[in-house]
Amino acid sequence: MKKFSLLSTRAGALFLAPATALVGVFVIIPFFWVIFVSFTNRTLLGRTAVDPDFVGLQNYFALFNPATFFTRGQFGFSLILTIQFVLLSALIGQALLGLLLAWLSQSVTPTLKSFLQTAVIAAWILPEVVIGFAWFAFLDYDNGTLNMILRGLGLPPGDWLLQQPFWVIVFFNTWRGAAFSMMLFNSAFQSIPPSYFQAADVAGATSWQKLRDIALPLIRGHVVTDLILITMWTFNVFTPFLLTHGGPSYRTEILSIYTYRIAFKDFEFGKGAAVGVVIMLINLAFALVYLRIAHKKPVEAE
Amino acid sequence: MRTRFHSLLLSAAAAIAFAAPASATELNITCRCVVGGVNSGMAEWIEQKVIPAFTEKMKAEGKDVTVKLTQFGGEDEQLTQQLALDFSTGAGPDVSGFDGFLIPSFVQGNLLKSLEEVAGPVVAKWDGWQHISDGTKALMSYQGKPYGIALGTDARMIFVRKDLFKSAGLDADKWQPKSWEELLEAARKIKAAAPESFPLQLNAGVSMGEATTMQGYWMALLGTGEQVTDDSGKYIVSSQGILDTLKLYKTIYVDEKLGDQRAQLLADGRNRTFANFRDGKTAMLVEGDWFYRSVTAPGAEFAVADRDNVMTWKKMPATAPGKGLRGQDFVTVSGGTGFVINPHTDAPQESWALLSFMNSKEQLTAFQEIQPAIRIRDDVAIPNSPFLTETATTLLPITTARPNDANYNKISTEIQRMTESVVSGELSPEDAMAQYKAAVIAIVGEENTVSTL
Repeated sequence: MKKFSLLSTRAGALFLAPATALVGVFVIIPFFWVIFVSFTNRTLLGRTAVDPDFVGLQNYFALFNPATFFTRGQFGFSLILTIQFVLLSALIGQALLGLLLAWLSQSVTPTLKSFLQTAVIAAWILPEVVIGFAWFAFLDYDNGTLNMILRGLGLPPGDWLLQQPFWVIVFFNTWRGAAFSMMLFNSAFQSIPPSYFQAADVAGATSWQKLRDIALPLIRGHVVTDLILITMWTFNVFTPFLLTHGGPSYRTEILSIYTYRIAFKDFEFGKGAAVGVVIMLINLAFALVYLRIAHKKPVEAE
Repeated sequence: MRTRFHSLLLSAAAAIAFAAPASATELNITCRCVVGGVNSGMAEWIEQKVIPAFTEKMKAEGKDVTVKLTQFGGEDEQLTQQLALDFSTGAGPDVSGFDGFLIPSFVQGNLLKSLEEVAGPVVAKWDGWQHISDGTKALMSYQGKPYGIALGTDARMIFVRKDLFKSAGLDADKWQPKSWEELLEAARKIKAAAPESFPLQLNAGVSMGEATTMQGYWMALLGTGEQVTDDSGKYIVSSQGILDTLKLYKTIYVDEKLGDQRAQLLADGRNRTFANFRDGKTAMLVEGDWFYRSVTAPGAEFAVADRDNVMTWKKMPATAPGKGLRGQDFVTVSGGTGFVINPHTDAPQESWALLSFMNSKEQLTAFQEIQPAIRIRDDVAIPNSPFLTETATTLLPITTARPNDANYNKISTEIQRMTESVVSGELSPEDAMAQYKAAVIAIVGEENTVSTL
């Protein structure tokens, strides 16, 4: 292949230098700094703030200590909770609801379709703090909208944030994120030639058959991309904090909230950094899978 | 077009330059105080009394100083969190409200400097020190050096609603529990008379922070004759006292539902306990004198209607007479909050001038008019308040202080977790104590702990 370039290598490097410096200062150095800190018992308060000790892998051993691994408020509990949260709210909730909404909106009138999409996207574009507060007000036991409606209907009110905190954040995240999957599937469906569906209609296929046998196989690549992206986002999401603060009794303390608590409420920088490194590794695995599939896609399309 | 833009920019720059003459000093002061909200009296005092008078005084000395009060409306723990992060990065207010028990951990973390290190020899020359007793000076000191000045000390007790007692056929005026059993017995009677009420509230849980440890755990633990540490300063991690305390929590919140469990688990729980007391749902609330002086004061958010006739207070009993700390029949614990100076302040002299001015005789006397309390200066008169004189004479002689230790803050968090896991019904008292033991050993090392079981 003939090498073609507008600039000499040296000039190119010169142009790259500012960006490299910025990335170095704000990404690369903190990255290695976090790894370094995770091998110390550095804190913000107390003696170890000024004079931290090198503790080797002790922080990591503490995270994976089998004696406390499954205890509420410990790393293992948060990890398992996060996996459940991702499975239920992202993979089942967001992706399935998004798919359903996108599929239904293919067959409704344009007015209804745009109304539906506006409502769903509104949930997605509103700022997190606004949403968090709105949901908190909606679910409050004493004066919440939901309980007012229930009481109005003569039903017993529910203490949602205290009794069912995990299902609250699952439901919340599903509601919040379904718009992305819906939009992605929507555009994917539109890329399918209408003649396929018309032919199926002539053959008398039901909506379910069309979805299963025509639409889904054709948008498989989109589905995988969507699943991986929302998995990564949901894995790192912090917004449930606004609803429950990770409580009560750590019952909604997903990994991002756990990290925040360890590092910035308990001020255990060393241990917090260790959790950060573990999360980084998990995300790296997700990213590798995603990149792998993204690279494969053009081949598939051919 | 371009010249016009330039001239606009220039005049804007000039306006900014003139608005802030070089000689002016701006001081920021913050506290958990909001006019019309939490600690309203303190905010009013600083805003209306301290700041105008201080600006005036500085002007007379030829200095142009402006002071701005930032009213922090969040929880104590959130202010602590913000100050820790601010002080570690050289940011933050010049003078800040601060709880004395945090001083050791902040000092060891190099986040606070002693007043003398910040402002120099002028601190030692302050004439106010001779009016402040060593005991109150110690509230904001570490290893003999003052890091701030406390506003005063406090004490804890049971606040009682007489009307609820009456409706259960009890006479609150004559009642003074002498054991936990008598306390629980009264709560049971009120619960039987009003099944919807939460007669007895003893703080627990993580979200209340130090209020859980001080108003809840300590108040019960002292009644078993123990403290958080033993006489040599080692942390007690497994003992009959801890177990009895946790069992008391279990009785109140899990077994007999005498207290409002939700208020101990939800994020805004402490305000819920205040609201319960105000609304006549809670008959007995263990709280600090702050609850009387500020929280339920007339005009405040949680003001108790007809307070003089409805509300009274009782001493917290030991498990049984003579079983409390030092063989006492009744127990209480004290702390102190005050103000510290940011070690990174740009204006150490002016900050110290402000802090000492706040603690001058005139200013503390002015504070008395807004919110009467026992002040740290012996030349500030105690107002004629039966509540203050009574609590001072009966509680301060039997009081206890928290360990002045840098690890206490972390241990306190573990205590809060331990109480939460019992109150939520997640763990049995035995399991919760075992978890506490493991956590404390991880923090201070096994050699600094003792087990008596």
